[in-house]
Amino acid sequence: MSNVGVIYRVAGPVVTAIGISPRMYDVVQVGKEKLMGEVIKIVGDKSIIQVYENTSGLTPGEPVENTGKPLVVELGPGLLSSVYDGIQRPLPVLRDKMGDYILRGVTAPGLDRAKKWDFEPIVKKGDTVSSGQAIGTVMEGTMPTKIMVPIGISGKVEEIKKGSFTVEETVAVIGGEKVTMMQKWPVRNPRPVQQKFLPDIPLITGQRVLDSVFPIAKGGTAAIPGGFGTGKTVTQQQLAKWSNAEIVVYIGCGERGNEMTEVLSEFPHLEDPKSGNPLMNRTVLIANTSNMPVAAREASVYTGMTIAEYYRDMGYNVSLMADSTSRWAEAMREISSRLEEMPGEEGYPAYLAGRLSEFYERASRCRTLCGEEGSISVIGAVSPPGGDLSEPVTQNTLRIVRVFWALDTKLRERRHFPTINWLTSYTLYDKQMRQWYVDNVAPDFPELREWAMQTLQKESELQEIVQLVGSDALPDEQKITLEVSRMLREIFLQQNAFHPVDTYCPMERQYTMLKLIRKYSDLAQKALAAGAQVSAIAGVPARLRFNKAKYEENVDEELAAVSKDMDAQFSALGA
Amino acid sequence: MTAISKEYKTIREIAGPLVFVEKTEPIANQELATVKLPDGSIKRGQVLDTSDDLVVVQIFEGTAGIDKDSSVRFLGETMKMPVSRDMLGRILSGAGDPLDGGPAITPEKRLDIVGAAINPWARDNPADFIQTGVSTIDAMNTLVRGQKLPIFSGSGLPHNDMAMQIARQAKVLGDDEEFAVVFAAMGITNEEAQNFMKEFERTGALKKAVVFLNLADDPAIERIVTPRLALTTAEYMAFELDMQVLVIMTDITNYCEALRQIGAAREEVPGRRGYPGYMYTDLAELYERAGRVKGKKGSITQIPILSMPGDDITHPIPDLSGYITEGQIVMSRDIHRAGIYPPVNVSSSLSRLMNSGIGDGKTRDDHKAVSDQLYAAYAEGKDLRGLVAIVGKESLSERDRKFLDFADIFEDRFVRQSPDEDRSIMESLDLSWDLLSTLPEDQLTRIDRKYIEKYLKKR
Repeated sequence: MSNVGVIYRVAGPVVTAIGISPRMYDVVQVGKEKLMGEVIKIVGDKSIIQVYENTSGLTPGEPVENTGKPLVVELGPGLLSSVYDGIQRPLPVLRDKMGDYILRGVTAPGLDRAKKWDFEPIVKKGDTVSSGQAIGTVMEGTMPTKIMVPIGISGKVEEIKKGSFTVEETVAVIGGEKVTMMQKWPVRNPRPVQQKFLPDIPLITGQRVLDSVFPIAKGGTAAIPGGFGTGKTVTQQQLAKWSNAEIVVYIGCGERGNEMTEVLSEFPHLEDPKSGNPLMNRTVLIANTSNMPVAAREASVYTGMTIAEYYRDMGYNVSLMADSTSRWAEAMREISSRLEEMPGEEGYPAYLAGRLSEFYERASRCRTLCGEEGSISVIGAVSPPGGDLSEPVTQNTLRIVRVFWALDTKLRERRHFPTINWLTSYTLYDKQMRQWYVDNVAPDFPELREWAMQTLQKESELQEIVQLVGSDALPDEQKITLEVSRMLREIFLQQNAFHPVDTYCPMERQYTMLKLIRKYSDLAQKALAAGAQVSAIAGVPARLRFNKAKYEENVDEELAAVSKDMDAQFSALGA
Repeated sequence: MTAISKEYKTIREIAGPLVFVEKTEPIANQELATVKLPDGSIKRGQVLDTSDDLVVVQIFEGTAGIDKDSSVRFLGETMKMPVSRDMLGRILSGAGDPLDGGPAITPEKRLDIVGAAINPWARDNPADFIQTGVSTIDAMNTLVRGQKLPIFSGSGLPHNDMAMQIARQAKVLGDDEEFAVVFAAMGITNEEAQNFMKEFERTGALKKAVVFLNLADDPAIERIVTPRLALTTAEYMAFELDMQVLVIMTDITNYCEALRQIGAAREEVPGRRGYPGYMYTDLAELYERAGRVKGKKGSITQIPILSMPGDDITHPIPDLSGYITEGQIVMSRDIHRAGIYPPVNVSSSLSRLMNSGIGDGKTRDDHKAVSDQLYAAYAEGKDLRGLVAIVGKESLSERDRKFLDFADIFEDRFVRQSPDEDRSIMESLDLSWDLLSTLPEDQLTRIDRKYIEKYLKKR
């Protein structure tokens, strides 16, 4: 079997080589500059390679060398707070090596080889351990992480050392195999688990419209579609900042450079609201902007997912954001068209649906091999061209994911943020998570949610009438319904991501706010029955105070005061 | 390289803008080539696809006149652009040759026209306000240094006037940094080009500008190169000469047509509406060259202009652009018909980086609140117009009538401004308060009390 061949043809990011006999998805080094590539098709004696770097200047006849290994990521201490490109090259290291621009042929290992970590064994010499079992711990910055037996190794611990080591130094010998803190894993293969659970616990995000109305489960999947400019990125960033997952993996896949910069410059300054540490301490960022090589964009989601699985295996809850999966699908399409494959719908390859479902299936809440419970919740953004949800990427995604947060341009135009449309969004987890809300928030919470949804639904019906005849023609009772639903929209659903107080709303406060709107509604109906004017009901000062309460420093006291005000002011109206 | 001096007379096929050459020595991807025609004239091209059997060369000047006896020579290097500070004030062709009768550019440097991607880690956050003097942009869709903010227009709309106005008026507030404009025209008519040149000279804007003109009758393929030349020039000025550079590119639609033409000639599998599947990546390679770099003083800000075929914002060109750029300024035919210039439809316009470029110390503390309130009030007024069409103005409440009127005066006084009117941001914000003062004060729900006290009450 020959490992060195030559370039036969170069077309865009696709290179054809002859003289090597690789397996599918083997990583090869292309040309004199040893550009990294991956074998994606084999035809006769020709190997078709997608190259992760710019191919300009590559010439037929240059050497191609097969490494004989698939594309892997390095897993171990040092991942957290890193910023990688799509193939796990650390961007800060690349900048040190080659300046402000991404040039070619520069490699940098994913994990720092020189840094030493304090390894604390938790098993003893003579113990028997199996694949995936934890053998020790390391403090990664402020996060305690586990060192696990690499998959495929098991047996008696023949040697284990406490102390300070680099990721390449042997810390244990198990079943005759030397174990280091770093392990490698092929990105396209899911890491194994013991058992997958039903997702029935919500991922709490502090965003009212998400937690109370359209929650996603821990280990669940959600899609955020939206035309450009609908606030998708802000929503995703809010999730990254505030969700109660311990680890955040953010994949900027084919996105804007400046937006990535915002993430990259904002994350290190963000404080984790729970620990007071920088949020970056528990985050891995992957940035492959739209003008970086397309093949690396294709790989970036797998790189991110594999890193997420590694932390899940330790027993962490991981939330993985992929922004945007449409850009990933487009990378597949671009490469597929370079391969001159027969296209499926709209030029996307026929395997689009398969790749998407394989990816989302890697989300789960499960018992890991080391006996812990961990989860990966996947939130994928899709960017449907022209906002047309019937296009293939959106449709194939919706067939798989269980939560749909429909971002709406109309709402954006009204400056209603977050722009999640309450009529077209849905969650399929609500039934299986109902019990959690009853046990952990309030017994009447599911009913309250139901009531809010019905009121909003009613509003949309009433609005149609209002459009035709004006609101004066409505009976008083329905005018009140409009007022109440307006409060639901403006007070509850609208949330200002940039406001220091309103940016995060704990579950209890969400409940208080909903309950308070319900109270207004009930009192209003009573006052109406007692003969009060609609304008007087709509204009009670408590309502104005309520409008502003969520922005106040002492918001919870304000809400309590609003409740008191309401009692007093409505009793004056006869309620 | 061994291939430098070799000439090949092995053209196998000529199709559209492409020449297929066989039996060559190994030729590098993206290498430059020249084709010598039987009459002695020379055309330039670039390698798109290379293999031992066949090399595909795209000819910038079009293939007219090339026959199978023409000879092809490969130059052993990728395309480079000579750049120099002296380019300011010059008018060049779409291929970079002087059009103004002046001397050739004496290069201080020769740079590869395909810029490498900026390492996201090396990018700096866009955070500084650029004043365009246009209220709808400055007050409501603020342009920020390092941003790419396209204008989505339609055929027959005055986007070129607006481009010119911005080129003329754009400035950075508060300091004496050097500001330059790089103007790349792709496929514009001779008449438009003359107007641009005249305007540039008349207003004196030319002395801080570099103009690249690819005309409608210039070869389409040259359009692929024009924006890259412009951006390479901009990068040099921004990151080596520390200038604040504004790049205006018009019309991106013509650029995309050229891309499609090459794709078709190569018999590629087409994507949406016949545009190549890699158009997203290709556009990103242009747009993403905007930005700021940590530790560098200069910046590149882009205003690409594209005309939406059939005013369709879902057309692949505006659609893909919108996914890469940071917002968009949308021009509306309805507002144009109403005789309002510039016909900016603020409801569907957006600047994604606005928040980082405004506020106290950058523009003014009330900027964000005022902008939000203008959006909300205008949206409400526009909705009421629909209602009035059905039920008549009489049946509206007092409050609703105020909002209805607001939408009208907003368009008339705020959106409308003359092509020569350079409104400062303070003027635009004060004008906003003028308009908002026509609404009942308790309806200004998007504005914090303290700004109402500070800016409305004192009036």
